[in-house]
Amino acid sequence: MRRIINYAPRPGVRLILALLPFVAVLAIYILASNARLAVEPADKLMPSFASFWTTMVRMATTIDRATSQYLLWWDTWLSLQRLFLGLGISAVLGLVLGIIVGFVPYLRATFEPFFAAFSLIPPLAVLPILFILFGLGEASKIVLIVFGIAPFIIRDVMLRVAAIPAEQIIKAQTLGASTWQMIAGVVLPQVMPRLIDSVRLSLGAAWLFVIAAEAITSEGGLGYRIFLVRRYLAMDVILPYVIWITLLAFLMDYALRRLAVAAYPWDQIKAA
Amino acid sequence: MTTIRFENVWKEYDERVVLEQVNLSLADHEFLVIIGPSGVGKTTLLRMLLSQEQPTRGRILLDGEPIATEPTADRGVVFQRYSVFPHRTVLGNVMMGPQWAGAPFLGRFFGARRRALEERAMALLTRVGLGEHAHKYPAQLSGGMQQRLALAQALIMKPKVLLLDEPFGALDPGTRRSMHELVGELWEENRMTIVMVTHDLPEAFLLGTRVIAVDKRRNDPQAPERFGATIVSDFEAKCRSVRESRAFEAERERVRLALLAGPSPAVDAPAVPAFETALVKD
Repeated sequence: MRRIINYAPRPGVRLILALLPFVAVLAIYILASNARLAVEPADKLMPSFASFWTTMVRMATTIDRATSQYLLWWDTWLSLQRLFLGLGISAVLGLVLGIIVGFVPYLRATFEPFFAAFSLIPPLAVLPILFILFGLGEASKIVLIVFGIAPFIIRDVMLRVAAIPAEQIIKAQTLGASTWQMIAGVVLPQVMPRLIDSVRLSLGAAWLFVIAAEAITSEGGLGYRIFLVRRYLAMDVILPYVIWITLLAFLMDYALRRLAVAAYPWDQIKAA
Repeated sequence: MTTIRFENVWKEYDERVVLEQVNLSLADHEFLVIIGPSGVGKTTLLRMLLSQEQPTRGRILLDGEPIATEPTADRGVVFQRYSVFPHRTVLGNVMMGPQWAGAPFLGRFFGARRRALEERAMALLTRVGLGEHAHKYPAQLSGGMQQRLALAQALIMKPKVLLLDEPFGALDPGTRRSMHELVGELWEENRMTIVMVTHDLPEAFLLGTRVIAVDKRRNDPQAPERFGATIVSDFEAKCRSVRESRAFEAERERVRLALLAGPSPAVDAPAVPAFETALVKD
């Protein structure tokens, strides 16, 4: 009998094991849902998969009278727009500030403690301030995402800049590089893979802020819809929406991972 | 012609004296090797020559001028590790210096200029034995090959002085031997000055024309940081006149063979008088 850590599953077994929890959760839901529906056919808490399907088909293919839009697609469009704007602005800010502040010692001494303190402010606590300053429109939602994510990305990029061996920077100087040339030719390319990783890690937080902002005030959006239909206990909308959001987040994460592999092959070689 | 002078150089960190009274003058085309126990300040000496650190007192002159207070292109360097850029291919690494010098904003050449530089870089890579690895990334190379790359990268800038900080410290003995050969040959071919730090004595005497030992001359057991290290011995490992007469003989032999082979002595002729005058001066 070896120690348990020395038993590793074969690839085929690994796939089955990975699927197992998903199948188990589905099975438990179906069993529980069936049991409840057998007692009360109009049960709202655990609708059957058939009612999920009909509700989603309705939301995706019929025009809603109040908004005259296809609700599912409209909500998705609004949320993704907010998410991408917020993430994009955060990534650009993180890259520019992270590199400049991380690379220039005087700026680093000035701003590093400030960023450290700034990143500890709970973004949701300042949401009211954002609403007061930027109104209830799109601006305050995007600022909330940036407020929540940019400090993390800035600090992550700064750490990566600091982790570049001093030998490389000295070497670049003996090859005649100016500060700008070192930023563009040595620091930026080595920070990019880490930026992609740090955006991937921020995806969860970004969704949190999108949904939180939409829940409070919005005209539409995935989070808005979930919180709106909560009043009618419409689990047949909420659960598929949650799965849809999860799927979108997974696809974004996957796309970013593929991007890192395709754009920075040297980083993969180093990791291997 | 490159000369280096250390004039009464001291290095102190607060109360701790690392180096004291370092005086050294180095003639052209020397291979200086600095040896000494670990942690005594060999690398600090090299770093001051590189301007990675500043002397607390005294000054360092390169060709009679004080060196710049930051690393510049006149002093190339190869560290024990991390002196190549992991995000560029081998060829890209070698091409970085000239591209930085020639394209201040983009740091990249295009068209004919790029092709000319590529040719030059490939020639250099072939010289150091990396010709067929030009399109790999440094992480795909062995430790020895990475050091060859770092050498090529530094040499393409034609530095006056090449600084080597324990460049072979992380290599296995076989690789180390072939690197010794390469560095010796490159030193002859480029007629530059090399300053190398090592703690391997046989290596020091194999490569160096001049070997200096750095150690503490005085020690106070009550205050071990009171006194710094300095140059305690200075060996002329390969006598300059012997070196040059050997080079002279080799050159004369080459010219003699060329004369025997065919009538094209005009190109080689000036080499002989140049060495003759050098010998007479010594």
